[in-house]
Amino acid sequence: MKNKSLKIAVLSGKGGTGKTLVSVNLASVAGQSVYIDCDVEEPNGHLFFKPTDIYQQDITVKIPVVDENLCNGCHKCVDFCKFNALAFIKNKPYVFEEVCHSCGGCLLLCPEKAISEKEKTIGKVQKGVSSNVTVNTGILNTGEASGIPIIKKLLNESASDKELPVFIDCPPGSACIVMESIKDADYCILVAEPTMFGVHNLNMVYDLVRLFDKPHGVVLNKCLNGENPAEEFCMEKNIPVLGQIPFDNALGSLNSDSKIAARESERFRALFYSLLETVMKEVRHETTANPQR
Amino acid sequence: MKIAIPVDEQDLESGVCPSFGRAPYFLFYDTVTKESYFLDNSAVASQGGAGIRAAQVIADHGVKALLTPRCGENAEEVLSKTEVLIYKSIPGTVQQNIDAFAAEQLILLSDFHPGFHGHEK
Amino acid sequence: MKQLLILSGKGGTGKTTIASAFIRFSGAKAYADCDVDAPNLHLIMAQGSEPKRTDYYGMPKAEIDADKCVSCGLCKANCRFNAISNEERYTVDFFACEGCGVCEAVCPAGAVSMKPAAAGELMLYSDNNKAFSTAQLKMGSGTSGKLVTEVKKQMKVAATPDIELAVIDGSPGIGCPVIASLSGINMVLIVAEPSISGISDMERIIKTAETFRTKIGVCINKYDTNSANTEKIEKFCLTKGLPFTGKIPFDPEAVKAINSGLTIADVDCPSGSAAKEVFRSTMKLLFKESDGHSA
Repeated sequence: MKNKSLKIAVLSGKGGTGKTLVSVNLASVAGQSVYIDCDVEEPNGHLFFKPTDIYQQDITVKIPVVDENLCNGCHKCVDFCKFNALAFIKNKPYVFEEVCHSCGGCLLLCPEKAISEKEKTIGKVQKGVSSNVTVNTGILNTGEASGIPIIKKLLNESASDKELPVFIDCPPGSACIVMESIKDADYCILVAEPTMFGVHNLNMVYDLVRLFDKPHGVVLNKCLNGENPAEEFCMEKNIPVLGQIPFDNALGSLNSDSKIAARESERFRALFYSLLETVMKEVRHETTANPQR
Repeated sequence: MKIAIPVDEQDLESGVCPSFGRAPYFLFYDTVTKESYFLDNSAVASQGGAGIRAAQVIADHGVKALLTPRCGENAEEVLSKTEVLIYKSIPGTVQQNIDAFAAEQLILLSDFHPGFHGHEK
Repeated sequence: MKQLLILSGKGGTGKTTIASAFIRFSGAKAYADCDVDAPNLHLIMAQGSEPKRTDYYGMPKAEIDADKCVSCGLCKANCRFNAISNEERYTVDFFACEGCGVCEAVCPAGAVSMKPAAAGELMLYSDNNKAFSTAQLKMGSGTSGKLVTEVKKQMKVAATPDIELAVIDGSPGIGCPVIASLSGINMVLIVAEPSISGISDMERIIKTAETFRTKIGVCINKYDTNSANTEKIEKFCLTKGLPFTGKIPFDPEAVKAINSGLTIADVDCPSGSAAKEVFRSTMKLLFKESDGHSA
């Protein structure tokens, strides 16, 4: 079934720049829309949306289980494991579940077929509703190594054939979980702060989206009067600036109380709606000019 | 009996390594024959699970007691299941720790930090 | 040498702004940036100097030799990470490969080998008798406790024996890199942000830090952006018996300073003065006679 919805990923090099602010508010002003929180280590979007009618699913990965009766003590599994998740204790392999990366190598290699697999829960995905927005949240249990299986599930689940725009709130940085989050995005919004740190961090995600050949634009957040090194960077590199969100005590206050600014105040609703229009225009222009896939 | 100590240098007069899993070397010492030898720690290159692998090496060498300033939960699990006692090392040289152990002055280590995957208990 | 680690749980709270100010106030000669995903401390503390650079190797990545490959597809069928594709020939996606070695093990033709892959770069600035250690993880690499451990080790090795204090700028989150940075620390200073998400992340990071049984102190940055939440945090510290080392106001002068490559300790500004008080309280706590925690 062809997926016709527009997927817009919101990312930044660092936490606290405003990814959630932008993705939550854009989703709120976009009529019927979908919001996906891929920051599975520290999901915050749901604190703003407070979704109801939650449908929850556990996410599991496969963990090896050793049948001690079949094991002949050959050590092959322990020697193979690149993650040191298996130790040989009293002549039997012992599995360290939280270190295991679920690669399946040990069971493939066991000459006695003594290893099978069980499912282990590493987190969950929740789907709920907040007015016009379908809210999808991924939560990784503390202690688990990788959130990638959760992000994969989130992105698959939200695939639909309706033409609803999808806003993906990405994890900060440019590590593998970020790559997973933007894999299928049609467009990337990079959020940047007007500081020297902000530019440095913007540069990192800028490199990332170019590596993945994603059309992109920048939203400048927390703008104060005076120099804006991030804006200068965009001019230098010819990156479209989609909009500027001023540093505003009222906005900060609403945000720190986990309130959705666009729903609380007409001024902010207008601000984000205008940003949305610019984004949509830019996205349509980019995706028709450079059709991918 | 055989004891083991994580060390930064192959020298009995050097200090004990602050990390167990990623210590560059282990010292193995026999309290009866007073013989000792050093071994490179193969766990040092591991991305993850270094404590587990280091503990495996210790257990496989027939060690009965490990002297270390700290130890992770995963390593502790391997060591306790293979019946290796874990003692808290004292500040000072490796030799001083060996002597303190022989004089029964060391206490057992009682708190173990979570594995580097943030495992919470 | 006493080690102070600055953490926050949430990103963007001002760890680096505060860490750099503390380094100035204390004249510390040993410091490190453990935020290997997005290091910022060097932008303030090391402008103009060239560091010693060392490649950091993470998990090896699989490579397929096209000449030996017989196109049986076993590698792709057994790869749990969808890292192998065969558009024209069988190739490994560098970023998706987790280095597990299954493809190498199942290949009947010996066409797959695991090659060392540089996952980042360590940098050490040691001009003027200082030991400033930092690193940058390459794009797409898995978050790494090991690289953080290397950063701290690099600092410790380079620090001369007379150095009494090391200031470590931590990384956000609660995962691998944070746990790795906590090992061997004498005190953690948690920088909290007075927002609902900031408080939630602060609680998670406190839980993590508590399992290490180091001294913990809490301070609030940009406290005047929400006084109700600030009060909440102060009450929380009181109830849990956590030392509260002070609060710093939001200050546009701080942004100006940082943009000019200065710390808030270098300019006369409200956040700088408040940070000095937080610094004093934190130092008092750090150097107070401790509970026998071995270095």
